[in-house]
Amino acid sequence: MNALAPLSGLANGACDAAPVIQERGQREVFCGLTGIVWLHRKIQDAFFLVVGSRTCAHLIQSAAGVMIFAEPRFATAILEDRDLAGVADIDEELDAVVDRLLARRPEIKLLFLVGSCPSEVIKIDLSRAAARQSRQHAPRVRILSYSGSGIETTFTQGEDACLAALVPTLPPEPENASHSLLVVGALADIVEDQFARLFDVLGVAPVRFLPMRRAADLPPVGPNTSFLLAQPFLADTAHALQERGARLIEAPFPLGAEGTTLWLRAAAKAFGVSEARFDAVTSPARARAEQALAHYRDALAGKRVFLFPDSQLEPALARFLAREMAMRIVEIGTPYLHRRHMAPELDLLPKDAPIVEGQHVEKQLDRCRAASPDLVVCGLGLANPLEAEGFATKWSIELLFSPIQGYDQAGDLAELFARPLNRRARLEV
Amino acid sequence: MQLTLWTYEGPPHVGAMRVTAAMRGLHYVLHAPQGDTYADLLFTMIERRDTRPPVTYTTFQARDLGADTAELFKSAAREAYERFSPQAMIVGASCTAELLQDDPGGLARALDLPCPVIALELPAYQKKENWGASETFYRLVRGLAGARRDRPLRDRKSCNILGPTALGFRCRDDVREIEKLLATLGVDVNVVAPLGASPKDLTRLGDADFNVLLYPEIGLAAAQWLERAHGQPFTRSVPIGVGATRDFIAEVGRLAEIDPATALETNDSRLPWYSRSVDSTYLTGKRVFIFGDATHAIAAARIAQDELGFEVVGLGTYAREFARDVREAAARYGVDALVTDDYLDVEAKVAELQPELVLGTQMERHIAKRLGLPCAVISAPVHVQDFPARYSPHMGFEGANVIFDSWVHPLMMGLEEHLLTMFRDDAEFHDGAAPSHLGEEQEPRRPTSPAVVSDIVLAWADDAEKELKKIPFFVRGKARRNTEKFAAERGLATITVETLYDAKAHFAR
Repeated sequence: MNALAPLSGLANGACDAAPVIQERGQREVFCGLTGIVWLHRKIQDAFFLVVGSRTCAHLIQSAAGVMIFAEPRFATAILEDRDLAGVADIDEELDAVVDRLLARRPEIKLLFLVGSCPSEVIKIDLSRAAARQSRQHAPRVRILSYSGSGIETTFTQGEDACLAALVPTLPPEPENASHSLLVVGALADIVEDQFARLFDVLGVAPVRFLPMRRAADLPPVGPNTSFLLAQPFLADTAHALQERGARLIEAPFPLGAEGTTLWLRAAAKAFGVSEARFDAVTSPARARAEQALAHYRDALAGKRVFLFPDSQLEPALARFLAREMAMRIVEIGTPYLHRRHMAPELDLLPKDAPIVEGQHVEKQLDRCRAASPDLVVCGLGLANPLEAEGFATKWSIELLFSPIQGYDQAGDLAELFARPLNRRARLEV
Repeated sequence: MQLTLWTYEGPPHVGAMRVTAAMRGLHYVLHAPQGDTYADLLFTMIERRDTRPPVTYTTFQARDLGADTAELFKSAAREAYERFSPQAMIVGASCTAELLQDDPGGLARALDLPCPVIALELPAYQKKENWGASETFYRLVRGLAGARRDRPLRDRKSCNILGPTALGFRCRDDVREIEKLLATLGVDVNVVAPLGASPKDLTRLGDADFNVLLYPEIGLAAAQWLERAHGQPFTRSVPIGVGATRDFIAEVGRLAEIDPATALETNDSRLPWYSRSVDSTYLTGKRVFIFGDATHAIAAARIAQDELGFEVVGLGTYAREFARDVREAAARYGVDALVTDDYLDVEAKVAELQPELVLGTQMERHIAKRLGLPCAVISAPVHVQDFPARYSPHMGFEGANVIFDSWVHPLMMGLEEHLLTMFRDDAEFHDGAAPSHLGEEQEPRRPTSPAVVSDIVLAWADDAEKELKKIPFFVRGKARRNTEKFAAERGLATITVETLYDAKAHFAR
């Protein structure tokens, strides 16, 4: 079950500081299907089959850039008139599509049936289909389902729905298992490896990651599991893990030197690592990160940035830009604000930075133009038109596709924001 | 239910957006869930447009479904009118909204907006992008062109140019080229539509003497209606290639009652000479596979065979609406047309045929790259690189020049091919080396040719396989295929060195 998109108003959070403006109207946000584009790369033997319309197929291929050359590990089962009219038996049709797919791709170990707007509206029961097909294809392939529909999820919530669907399939911890750490949220492999090394030196063990790289490597979970969110958009996954008895370690997100330190420290504390040890282990990497950040601070300090809603990363990004790069925040758009998971971030944000949850794109563009910021962080549909109006822009989607978490990516993260400004400074045309 | 990895065409409402985004002063209110706003990036990213497409989406969510999605539509339409003050609006539903049955047309009528509002019925579960564009353009023309009237008195004949849209293949430059050609002929252009036209311009369509139909996939329905309602004949030849451009000039001459001799004489296409020049000898009989929309695919086949001396070994289209035309064309080249919108079928066909050049869409670019074959793009759907900064039409005589370059460059240069054959044992020219213009990185992969021909599984003897590797890679696929065909026809289970050379002798006709 997915969280309802925005404005469902979980006001039970810890934070009462930052003003949150709620807005609704036309939204320029991808739907949850788009999560497939990075998830299929992360779980290397998984396949994502969208059960949807031609629009869904077109969306995925457009969002993936029509430029991926390998055969993708995602596809669409396109609903046609005969499916809607009941002429065709949807269960039979779907089973046939899955059979054909698995015959073509014998290396697939985990198949996700992904619900879409039309499949949700006509109420196709994909969880039942997944159970049926799992019985048929076991033990070679496991089949799960989740919804990435645009009426229920935005962009990154697709990852949340996918991971939440995985949680019930995670094996239980053995009795008297030792305290373990689960890092939740798709990270680039290189970032995952860096964190694993740091936790190892800190003496935090065992450490496991969700999503896993191979379908078979399911991390066990239970009451002795503590988990740390690596991404801010994983509300349902966190909830599902808590249902399994796991405990959430609350922390800001590992963006920038400060964010990474606070994130690691929260875990270290939960595992009884001493402050002295923590400092000794992290200070070299932290110094490296700060050195890298200093390189970009001149370019960014004092510049005004406007963030359009996209990934729910926006408050954490704004915190990084304001505190570590000394940028001034004009507006923080976010498609959805999970007040509890975001509380540690909100506490650190400048109090005068307005947070806008939801979107009315025309009004937001009006505000952006009126404020005339130095840099606009926005989606692919808005970037070129804003550039043409004279704004420097940063594609927000890059913040999901690029490794930006952790100490050794802090400089890269700053660079992503500095590059558009640098480019504009160079151009004489 | 159709399984698809990549699709050639988007849904029909994307076709409607291609028409809307091409025009000025028109606004589209689309009843759609939030995910559907991705379509904006097709225009701002792939076509690199500097404005957002003039589309307002209602972006309804799950919790709206229980409430009043119709009200959401009405407020979006009202707001869109107030904000953009368009000359006309179109309203419609995307696939999900179609299931809600909110009737955007009826709702918009009830709003009584102070501009013409045209309702679109685009059945999302039956139809696709090009059909959606065609239907949208037809509805707009029908809704705005008005009744037949006397044409204004003029010295020169005048025509409309119909069919170019946003996100089309080279539309921007094609239109410019054809406008120049028409000027040479002494014909005025009344309206170009939809690209660059406003709804007001569409009300003037009836003033022209005839129509130039450049893109039948988009403009045919509108042209046929204008012929019936306004008595305007329209051109049937699409000026892609030297021969087709000459036909087009002659046809315009007939419709405009003008002697086309001057325009034909000013033909400055270099294609005929370049094609006859000695360096082009190596193009002779190159086996080419063609796939795309019907108009571009048919035109490409004619150019390939008649103007470049290639051999057309495959011809196909994803546009089922024009399947008959493609089948007729394919028959002229002695091949069976491949009509499919499943790119896996196309890939299988290309792997089977092992052509020396693939002419296709962005999908065929993927396929050709995977199979290590040269490829040029001739049709939508396309990629950002197919919206070049330079002037690069495919229509008219300049278009023929562009075609010569863009199809021949992916192939080996003539002299280079001979050198590779002569010096293939030298380190610089060893047969795994890519041609210099492809760079070192691009080690071509051997096409994954199916070793199964008919029912016999063919095995290559080791020494035969080694011998095959001595053949330059760019003809190796053809040699492999010919040899396997030869062996299969003779019921041979194993291919030896002798089989290889027997086959070579057999096919060296």
